[in-house]
Amino acid sequence: MTSTATVILIEDELQIQRFVQAALEEAGFTVYSTDSGKQGVIDCGTRKPDAVILDLGLPDMDGIDVIRQIRSWSHVPVIVLSARTQEAQKVSALDAGADDYLTKPFGTAELLARIRAQLRRQSRAGTATQESIFTIGNIQVDLANREVRRGDALVSLTPIEFRLLAALIRYAGRVVTQRQLLKEVWGPSHIESGHYVRIYMGHLRHKLEADPAQPRYLLTETGVGYRLLTDAD
Amino acid sequence: MNHLRPDPDALLEKLQQEDARQRRGRLKIFFGGCAGVGKTFAMLSAAHARLQEGEDVLVGVIETHGRRDTELRLQGLPQLPLKSLNYRDKTLYEFDLDAALARRPGLLLVDELAHSNAEGSRHPKRWQDVEELCSAGIDVYTTLNVQHLESLNDVVGQITGIRVAETVPDKVFDLADEVTLVDLPPEELLQRLQDGKVYMAQQADRARKHFFRKGNLIALREMALRRTADRVDAQMREYRSDQSIQPVWQAHERILVGLGPGPEAEQLVRTAARLAISMKAEWLAAYVETPALQTLGHAQRQAIVDNLRLAQTLGATTTATLSGDAVSQVLLDYARSRNVSRLVVGKPRRSLFMRLLVPSVTDQLAKEASDIDLHVVVRQPPQRHKPAPQHSLHLAANAHLTGLKKRGYLWALAISATTSVIAGMLLQYFELSNVIMLYLLGVMLISIRYGRGPGILASILSVSAFDFFFVPPKLSFTVSDTQYLLTFGIMLSVALVISNLTSSLRYQAVIANYRERRSLALYEIGKELASTMTTRHIVDVSVHHIASLFQSRAAILLPDADDKLQLPEADHSHGHTLIDIDPGIAQWTYDHQEHAGLGTNTLPSSPILYVPLKAPMRTRGVLAIVPENQAAVFLPEQRQLLDTFAAQIALALERKHYVEVARDALISMESERLRNSLLSAISHDLRTPLTSLLGMADQLRHAGDADPKRQTALDTLYDQAFRMQQLVVNLLDMARLQAGSVQLNSQWQLLEEVLGSALRAMQPVSQQHRILVALPADLPLLQFDAVLLERVFCNLIDNACKYSPPDTTIHISARVHQEEVWITVADEGQGLPAGMETQIFQKFARGQAESSKPGVGLGLSICKAIIQAHGGELWAEDTPPHGTRFIFSLPLGQPPAPPLAEDSPA
Repeated sequence: MTSTATVILIEDELQIQRFVQAALEEAGFTVYSTDSGKQGVIDCGTRKPDAVILDLGLPDMDGIDVIRQIRSWSHVPVIVLSARTQEAQKVSALDAGADDYLTKPFGTAELLARIRAQLRRQSRAGTATQESIFTIGNIQVDLANREVRRGDALVSLTPIEFRLLAALIRYAGRVVTQRQLLKEVWGPSHIESGHYVRIYMGHLRHKLEADPAQPRYLLTETGVGYRLLTDAD
Repeated sequence: MNHLRPDPDALLEKLQQEDARQRRGRLKIFFGGCAGVGKTFAMLSAAHARLQEGEDVLVGVIETHGRRDTELRLQGLPQLPLKSLNYRDKTLYEFDLDAALARRPGLLLVDELAHSNAEGSRHPKRWQDVEELCSAGIDVYTTLNVQHLESLNDVVGQITGIRVAETVPDKVFDLADEVTLVDLPPEELLQRLQDGKVYMAQQADRARKHFFRKGNLIALREMALRRTADRVDAQMREYRSDQSIQPVWQAHERILVGLGPGPEAEQLVRTAARLAISMKAEWLAAYVETPALQTLGHAQRQAIVDNLRLAQTLGATTTATLSGDAVSQVLLDYARSRNVSRLVVGKPRRSLFMRLLVPSVTDQLAKEASDIDLHVVVRQPPQRHKPAPQHSLHLAANAHLTGLKKRGYLWALAISATTSVIAGMLLQYFELSNVIMLYLLGVMLISIRYGRGPGILASILSVSAFDFFFVPPKLSFTVSDTQYLLTFGIMLSVALVISNLTSSLRYQAVIANYRERRSLALYEIGKELASTMTTRHIVDVSVHHIASLFQSRAAILLPDADDKLQLPEADHSHGHTLIDIDPGIAQWTYDHQEHAGLGTNTLPSSPILYVPLKAPMRTRGVLAIVPENQAAVFLPEQRQLLDTFAAQIALALERKHYVEVARDALISMESERLRNSLLSAISHDLRTPLTSLLGMADQLRHAGDADPKRQTALDTLYDQAFRMQQLVVNLLDMARLQAGSVQLNSQWQLLEEVLGSALRAMQPVSQQHRILVALPADLPLLQFDAVLLERVFCNLIDNACKYSPPDTTIHISARVHQEEVWITVADEGQGLPAGMETQIFQKFARGQAESSKPGVGLGLSICKAIIQAHGGELWAEDTPPHGTRFIFSLPLGQPPAPPLAEDSPA
């Protein structure tokens, strides 16, 4: 497996930095590692990376600030590394513009999969031809005609359910925080009504999933948000 | 319409009073005009009736006076044995209050409410025993004669010529729940007396000649009838106001009685009390202390204190000791500040000459009180033997003044002599009429410096010397010219006026000095208490100040955690040890928040005064005082000072208490912070190497190795690192839960959603099992922390997989059970070993003591802690025929409004 993509790794723990770099290099990425947030931001400007891997617990500056600074000029995918039990931190990183997160400890396979998903999404956005029909398993969503089919049967969705599904499709493969969904589907005045999203996600699962209690596509990232899993992921 | 509605505040107050009354026992008084009308008999009959109704009736004490029918009536009623008291080699039998309180009958019979208890009893009066019984919730029947009512005591005394010493405050009578009048016409009573039914034969004869005269009996009967009628009338009015028939009291009358030092004050108090009762008005009593009154002897001052206390027992809401120069002005100012509508004062008996010279207080009041009705009471004071004049303590300064006076007389002599010598020398140059000014100057100086006596002496000496040496004929006292009599008169008046002025000024100064000392003492104790940091220090400062200011030994008793007072440890360094503190009285004081012991109504025979230390929030302890000099504690101003001291000490103790509370909170906050930072540091330090270890193992494993043995080793390396990581996570979670540092991020969640992500996370573990989920479609939203609950599901599913064989089914279901949702995770494993249902939730416990299954057994205790933090419970039970199910409950709440339904399809 070879790839010429450039990845910047911002991680202050040397041991972790070392093994992540080794794994990425073995997978064919060009890796620039740094242990400081400031250096990382500079590297992002000079190295023109295809993806950034950022540890949120940096000694010199807040990881969230690093994301904000990068986001102020670049759309480069950012994957954050964070400890378990720090869901709030993950949510604020995602809200600040991070594209995905990984919980420590993580396997290299998982990490590589996430990076590739981001790169794929990036290239897809680059081609700019947004297909109007989106397929997840046996579900077909016709975004232009607002039609959803499961197998051959037409599924009837309410306007809000459809808007929610469309929003998830826009972020397909990535984590979307509850806040982002509320903002996109219900508008900024409903940011605090978190249970709306949960109820409508429940509706969608019941209409689209074979077993709503064990969903295959409409996944919950507990405490953080939702992820629409596509077959490619 | 509006005015017919009952005032809500008044209604509320009435409800509260009724509430308090319901918790109290009910008091029923059998009331009669005089002895022998059959009160006790009526009471016993009523008691028999109650006994037959099944009431727990007990006779506390009954005075049969040897009457046959009463004794017969007593039979069949259970009796409480009397308590024997040894008093001066005699054995007295008294009602046993403690036994009655311990026995707690439904109804207790206590005869003779006005009875005075023998010395050494808890209360000096039986009515106080009855009060305590009622407070304890025991119903009491008792008897009372009209002459024992405090407010009627003197009137009855005047009519019958016999004054009884045993009295009962009117408020006891007025607040009784029921009063039954036992009435007998005088003729029948006399007949009964003659028949020997009231007293034994020879006693009866004496009684008939003195007390039991027909006129007396008629008067007593009338008074009893009238007093009962007053009560009924009051009840009627209360009923009317209750039923809003018409507003009865538009404005409350308020009566102030101004007391003087004279013996008529006692009558004045009683008159005011009667007036207040008949007008249903609130009343206050005040005594104005003028500089001149400060010189009164101790006995007279004691009488004033007694009268103020009498006022209090007769129902005065406030008793005040005011001070100032002009009695009338001070009284009026006080009256106006308290919205008083009527002022009651006595008419002093003074000679016509004095009345012309100085207007009396009453006259001044009449002139100035334009807005207040004035009641002037004229009564002949009862003849009393005059108490031997005693010097008031607080004019210990008087002694100082007396010393001054002695020297003053010598100085008067010296000044007169010197003046004469100088005058003799000056006479050559000046007129006689000018020389006399020199004498006047001397008299003035002496009066100013040494007061009245020396002033008068100086004026007499001066006039004599002037007469003797300078008025012709010289060297004789004969006065040829009568105009020198005028000189003499003027000089005497000057001496008197000036010395009066001076002495009044001097007394003012002494009083001011005392006031200053008092406020200085208060300031000092306040200052010192403010700087105290420990309870011990507060106690030391207080005891020290009280000891010096009140000439007493003092101790402070503080309560322990169970509100039981602790005796102070013997303090050898100070020697302030109270040897005889009675823990019982101290505890009583603490519990009832009332003064007890010496000089109070409760156990006055104790040598120690117990003062509760009342702070705004609660009583903080008890101050015990043994006065060396009783006056130093019991004079009204000293009592006020003592109460202020007690309040200050209580405040200091309360402040100390809250300082401690605040410090504890700070410490626990600080240790909380420390614990949290320690935990996060440890978790970071443990997790980082594990992350690298796992990552690298994973990397090696995926890179693959040609040698299968090495590949197996790599897989094992990864598995072990993974287990290690799980163990660390569990340990850290447990530590965080136990430290209480887990903040629940509770939100309204779908159970299905959390279960879904848990199942997905557990997929690697649960591959060999079938998982069946059955959640009701209408399960409401539940409030919980999704991350923590996912952990509970993960642990339970992991557990189920671990302890059930492959290819079995794990059932997950939920149902609403009363106010909770019960969620069940059931496996088809071998079930729990007997008796392990609760043990498995202990840390490091597992189903089998030695097991090849991984896991330290922290999982279930973490689950339990999480569920309990959510207000639910987690338990395990066997599922027949085999298997275990874990059930946890989560409380249902009030979920927020669901989003608006929208039906139209997209």
